[in-house]
Amino acid sequence: MTVLVGPNTKVVVQGITGREGSFHTQRMLEYGTKVVAGVTPGKGGTTVHGVPVYDTVEEAVRRHGANASVIFVPARFAANAVLEAVDAGVELVVVITEHIPVHETLRAVNYARSRGVTVIGPNCPGLVAPPVRTKLGIMPNNIYQTPGKIAVVSRSGTLTYEISYQLVRTGFGINIAIGVGGDPVVGLDLAEAALRVAQDPDVEGIVVIGEVGGDAEERLAKMYAEGAINKPMAAYVAGRTAPPGKRMGHAGAIVMLGSGDAKSKIEAFRAVGIPVADTPFEVPQLMARQLKR
Amino acid sequence: MKLHEYEAKELFSKYGVKIPPGRVATTPEEVRKIAEEIGGPVVLKAQVVVAGRGKAGGIKVAKTPEEAYELATKMFGMNIKGLVVKKIYVTKYVEVDREMYLSLIIDRATRRYLFLASPIGGVDIEEIAKTQPEKIKRVYVDPSVGLRDYHVRSIVLWLGFKPETAQWRQTSSIVQAMYNIMVDYDAELVESNPLAVTKEGDVIPLDARVIVDDNALYKHPELEKALEEDPRDVTEFEMYAKKIGFHYVELDGDIGIIGNGAGLTMSTMDLVYHFGGRPANFLDIGGGASRDVVKEALKVLLRHPRVKVIFINIFGGITRADEVAAGVEAALAEEGGTNKKIVVRMKGTNEELGRQMLAKLGIPLYESAEEAAQKAVELARA
Repeated sequence: MTVLVGPNTKVVVQGITGREGSFHTQRMLEYGTKVVAGVTPGKGGTTVHGVPVYDTVEEAVRRHGANASVIFVPARFAANAVLEAVDAGVELVVVITEHIPVHETLRAVNYARSRGVTVIGPNCPGLVAPPVRTKLGIMPNNIYQTPGKIAVVSRSGTLTYEISYQLVRTGFGINIAIGVGGDPVVGLDLAEAALRVAQDPDVEGIVVIGEVGGDAEERLAKMYAEGAINKPMAAYVAGRTAPPGKRMGHAGAIVMLGSGDAKSKIEAFRAVGIPVADTPFEVPQLMARQLKR
Repeated sequence: MKLHEYEAKELFSKYGVKIPPGRVATTPEEVRKIAEEIGGPVVLKAQVVVAGRGKAGGIKVAKTPEEAYELATKMFGMNIKGLVVKKIYVTKYVEVDREMYLSLIIDRATRRYLFLASPIGGVDIEEIAKTQPEKIKRVYVDPSVGLRDYHVRSIVLWLGFKPETAQWRQTSSIVQAMYNIMVDYDAELVESNPLAVTKEGDVIPLDARVIVDDNALYKHPELEKALEEDPRDVTEFEMYAKKIGFHYVELDGDIGIIGNGAGLTMSTMDLVYHFGGRPANFLDIGGGASRDVVKEALKVLLRHPRVKVIFINIFGGITRADEVAAGVEAALAEEGGTNKKIVVRMKGTNEELGRQMLAKLGIPLYESAEEAAQKAVELARA
């Protein structure tokens, strides 16, 4: 078991017949994920990589007991896809889709939270849990072959893979890696994700990967200082050289209203005793040192 | 998309907010004509979507239509923080008794709408937050609840108005209008700074700013059209980059950066800086990039006059190294070679094949991003 997924996680892929949905369904199956159904309105009755396709999430839940969803549908329909998944009764929704209008995300995410449903994303790589061979997302399978006791929570995609790779290469195993998403509003933010994984008794250490924009890192530092998270942590923050007022690829990665720069995040972490790596490659060293204490 | 002041004020007006009479002009003759129509002193406001245009000479008062004409001839074509003045908003000069601040944004942490209100205004909110943070009132609105009268009441009271006065009612309707604009137009920001009490006792938005979520522009075809006709702060290059499928931000160094994924690309910039170099840009080609995207991205940096060294850092799960190498090859072929140095670090599928392809071009492939970054810095210094 891990905090968000376990051996009983049964996945429905919304937008399974699209290029991305189909490609990543195959990768998820190869990894070991129990993908039990797919949904594309109008394509019910077909199959994708042997997975039966339905017109509604409700059918996928009723026939196969799907309890988690991964969403690949285009931005214009993605917020509705979240609402449909919530109403169909799934417990976890991972939204890969980028470019969803932020007001729609706001409504969908708030609705999901009010119904006790966890949303990861939007605009995220998803999550992967090597101990239970379950991936709801697009992370490369080959990096997540070593189960272990480190949780990685991140606002980035490729940087998560890079740092996970460095961790595995230096002898660590991964319990779970969660990319919370690069949008300004996400279902589970960096601080909340860290809080969740900290509650898992199997997790020994937490690696946090932040970036410019917002104040999730600062809030996380505060939680740590207050004792809400009592696991060894190490951090990295991308964007020390990011100029203010510019969006750095992610919609949420912007230094604005005089806040959200990397310096303030790094200082917030260091002030409460969370070491921050100067480069991604120093993260494993820092983690090792934290675990020895 | 950043709306011009005149566009934002048209929206306010559409939602029933009283604004000083005014129109937008594109020639000095038009400015004179509008000034004549309005009568009395007018304000000329350069329509550029940057903060601080007043200090840069983009806001002038004219007493007569003739003076307005004269001032306009100088203001048109002026460069304000990199943007050329093509439109001037001519509006009636109003005497102001008091300036306030009011804005509406989306708060990430609470996932709610957030009003920021201050009885002092006319300066940047950052400035108020620094010098007099106690003046800023925060009022959160849950999207599922919507704006209610108790929200409005607490804002209007904070701004210093007495219940059931004319000013109270005027300000309340401005708060409501701002909320409606925010929701109806998928805005990221609706701001009135200053929100002013005039000598006559009216409460009016003296300046207005609206930023619309780019991801929602498809729902507002009239705005899409306005952006097409007047791209404002979006450069031709940024439009091109968006079309090809990458994100680009200009920086001031001499080491060009290409990465895949926003976080990794930023971290690549930081790495170069860490080893004593200066990144020239941020260029994120995204996940699973094809050879064409790599080619177009590299061509941008090959043509960049300030770039001496190009550092490509790709961490691919699904991005294939041979595909990246093919993109590099194609870019060099199309540009007829280069005297810039190229350093590549790649992890991913078909790495060995990629290495062989790059070796033929005389480009070494690094396994470690740190080593590659150090090499790039060293080459930039040479």
